[in-house]
Order: sequence, then structure tokens, then C-alpha cells
Amino acid sequence: MPEFWINMGPQHPMTHGLWNMKVKVDGETVTDAKPEIGYLHRGYEKIMEVREFQKNVVLTDRLCYVSSITWSHAYCLAVEKMMGIETPERGQWIRVVSLELQRIASHLMWLAAYGPDLGLLTGLLWALRERELFLDLIQLMSGARMNQNYPRVGGVRNDLPENFEAMCRRSIEHFLKKVDNEYQRVFQESKVFRMRTEGVGRISAADAINWGVTGPNLRACGVNVDLRRLDPYETYEQIDFEPQVWHDGGAGDSYARFICRFNELRESCQIILQALEKMPKSGAYRVKAPRRAEGEGYAKTEDSRGEALFYVIGDGDDRPYRVKIRSPVFCTMAATPLMLRGNKLADSVAILGSVDVCVGEMDK
Amino acid sequence: MTTAVAQAPQITGRPVPGAEKEVLSQLKGAFGSKLKTAKVVRDRLVEIVIDRSDLIPVCTFLKNSLGFEHLSCVTAVDWKDHFESIYHIENYATGCMVQVNAQIPYDDPKIASLTGLWHAADFLEREMWDLMGVEYTGHPNLTRILLPEDFRFHPLRKDFAQEVDRQYITRRKLRGGK
Repeated sequence: MPEFWINMGPQHPMTHGLWNMKVKVDGETVTDAKPEIGYLHRGYEKIMEVREFQKNVVLTDRLCYVSSITWSHAYCLAVEKMMGIETPERGQWIRVVSLELQRIASHLMWLAAYGPDLGLLTGLLWALRERELFLDLIQLMSGARMNQNYPRVGGVRNDLPENFEAMCRRSIEHFLKKVDNEYQRVFQESKVFRMRTEGVGRISAADAINWGVTGPNLRACGVNVDLRRLDPYETYEQIDFEPQVWHDGGAGDSYARFICRFNELRESCQIILQALEKMPKSGAYRVKAPRRAEGEGYAKTEDSRGEALFYVIGDGDDRPYRVKIRSPVFCTMAATPLMLRGNKLADSVAILGSVDVCVGEMDK
Repeated sequence: MTTAVAQAPQITGRPVPGAEKEVLSQLKGAFGSKLKTAKVVRDRLVEIVIDRSDLIPVCTFLKNSLGFEHLSCVTAVDWKDHFESIYHIENYATGCMVQVNAQIPYDDPKIASLTGLWHAADFLEREMWDLMGVEYTGHPNLTRILLPEDFRFHPLRKDFAQEVDRQYITRRKLRGGK
């Protein structure tokens, strides 16, 4: 039987968004793949050139609806670098807390999507149930569950509410118990789950680096790169945490990617607890940002999905001259054919799900 | 090409202080007057400005001799009188980032492709060609990636039709109101 192409998408339960993976199959084995993206292109880089620096935060929120704060924060950081201002210390700590809450919510959304991919519907219900806890915390902090518009150029929009710390501790304590008892059993220790994910979608560390794969997907290949550690921003330098890297054999498969993300849930909880401890209890959380700015600024942060880079150029006006968004998923998508080749077609869902695709940021 | 990073130093996950000065002096020693500007912007960030003809030698040197294995970002900027193609290249072992600004004349927007060095350049350069119209010569598949294939413009150029009016509140403020 000759080889032929199959369209996995744009409307396919596997795609988690609107993109198309063209897969070439020989029998049941994938011999080639070609991602087709751009269905959700909204021209953000162009729109941002006619909006003021501050107003662009609303747009960057919507780059990835699952992980809004991390994106707005990356943008604000780049603009701050350009303007030469720095967030007050309490503002930085609040940002760290909000970033990690958002990271947990994002990873739980991914977990909720990845479970049904493998026929594990319980994963969907459980992960979304626990995600509510963190959305509630984010709502308490910023007033909105999603698209929070919370980071500001020069700080954050508002201070933490009074009862935040107690609520946060209670939720995290409850969540960690669930992770250790329930999640661990239904995902990590489940034989069916491991059979589906172990050994499929393998990519070598050298290939991953060369193709620009970043974040948990790269750490799953055994490369110890976490920008919170490698290029510290905000107050991550003062926090004692361990980047989740896959050290054992069989690096770079779907299971390793799952484990790296899954362990990041626990690690993020520890970061939040430490940040609440070390945070100054009062003080300024925002500085006034100048309206106009000239120069260029770039900031790269560890987004939930990898390295998010914003490069902003100002020409002395109150709006950016040029904004460049570097989306981690966009670059990872270029490497997905490497992961798919040689695997069975039925495994492609287990592979692409483990990459954690967010189409909003990919298509900009 | 992909697997030629065997001699790479250990990636410890921690930044190496002072790496940016070392990189800058190495670059100055190797290329000297070909660098129009070369400076340390801040910790772990070096910025160099070169002409487009020096792009491949500089990037080859960065990747093969200095261990800059990760091409993070390709940006094209329309400066109205010339284009600029900006590369952010990162060294995972030291945490140092080099920003290479390659200048391109406006009437001939072409620059050599980096796909031979980093496969990551594939999608990034396609995107920039799609949106900005800078042609990356030597790219294996320079086609539209985000926009439809029959789209005839490069929308990020400054002469592309744009929503020029700002939002009215700001306009009033700009005219001297509150």
C-alpha cells in the first residue's frame, strides 16, 4: 500500500485548538509529518504598534488564555527593561506568586487535556476540579478568573488582599495532598498510562536544542535549563527551588515530558509557599512608568510552555515601534515531526498531547 | 550538523558571572572592525551590529567556537530606510545571550538564512518573511506560515495600511488636555 497523507485537524479532538498536523503514513507507521499553523493569527505584533505601552497588557493576556499572567508579565518586563525602571520589591514577590499560581493552573489545564487524549477521563475531571482552586486564588488576587490584566508596566495592578496568604496556604495544602495521593496513582503509577506514553515521541537532547525546543519539553531531554535559574528575573534568585529535569534513561519521550510537568506542579507550590514567607508584608507594589520611551528592551522568561521572549523597540512615542513575540510552542511545533517519525499513528495523540500546545500564542 | 555539539561544556543550569565580557572580547578579537557596534548591555546580554555579509561567519563562530547552541528568536525590523534582522542567540552553559543586529538595505531585503546552523531558524525565518518580507536566501522552504498562501502583502512593514488613529482619549491628552 502506498504512503499517503492524513490530516489530523484542524478540527480533531487531538489538536486542542485550531491547527492541522499533516501526517504521512505507511500502513500504521508515521513516516513524515508537517504542521500547518496560522488558523488563529490575529496580527498581534501589528496591533500592538498602535496601542500605548500599558494598553498592550490587555492584548498579551489573550496570547494564551490558559497562561495569561506569564505572558503579560513577560511583556511588562521587556517594557520595563526598555524604560529602565524596576518594580519595587513587594511588587516582584507578588509577581512571583501570581506567575506560579498561573503556571499551576496552566499545567492542570494541560493535564486535563492530556488525560482524555489517552482515554483517561478521570484526569479531565480531577485536574479541572483542582484548577478551580487556583483560579479562585487568582480571582482573589486580581479580580478575574481568566485574562486577568494583572501585571502592570512597573508592578502589578493591586496589592494582595488581606486574607490571601491564609487562603493560599490552605489551597496548596489541600492540592499537594491530592497530587500525592490521587494524581500520582491515576497517572504516574497507572500501568496503562505508562504503556501509552513510555518510549513514544522520543527526541534527542542535541536535536531538541538545535530545533529550539524549550521549557519542560527540553528538560525532559535531560538538559538542565530553567530560565528562572539560568537567567533569573524578579526575585527567583532568592528562592530555593529545583528545576525539574529528567535524569534517568529514556529521556525525551512523552512520559518524561509528563513527569517534568507533573513535578513542576509540586515545585511551583513550594515556590509559592517560600515567596509568601519571604515577601515583605507591606510596601510599594508599583512604580509609575513613563508614558514615552525610547530604546529597546528584551526579556525572556520561563513561561509554562518554555522560553517566552519579548523584544520591544520604542522610538520616543507612547507606543512601541516594534514588538516581537517569541512563542515557545511555535518553535516546538517545528520539532514535532522529529518526535512523530517512526511511531504508530495511534501514538501521535499521546505525543502531541504531551507537547502542550497552545494555539493562541503559537499563531500570535 | 544537528549532532555536532559533542564538545559542548556541561550545562549546569546556573549562570556564569562575567561570561558576557569574555564573549565580547572573543568576538572583538575574531572580527575586529567588522563589528559596527559591540557592547555589553547588561548582565548576560551582549549586543553587536554587523553588516548582512558578515552574518554567516559571525554566527558560525558563535555556535561552533563559543557554544551558543540555541537560536532563540529572529526579528525583522522595518526602520523605513533600512531593514534589520535581529537574532537572539543563547548559550545554555553560561546563560549569556548575544543579540546580533544585521543591517539590510531597504531596496534589497535579502539576507543569508541560518537554517544550516540551527534548524530552529526554519520556522522563525519563515515567519519573518511572511510578515516582514525579508528574504532569507538559502532557506529550504520559504513559504507563508501564518498568513494565507495567497496573501500578497507583508503586513508588519511600516507602509502597510494600519489603524493610524490612536484611541481618542490618548489623542486628547496628546493635544495638551488632561
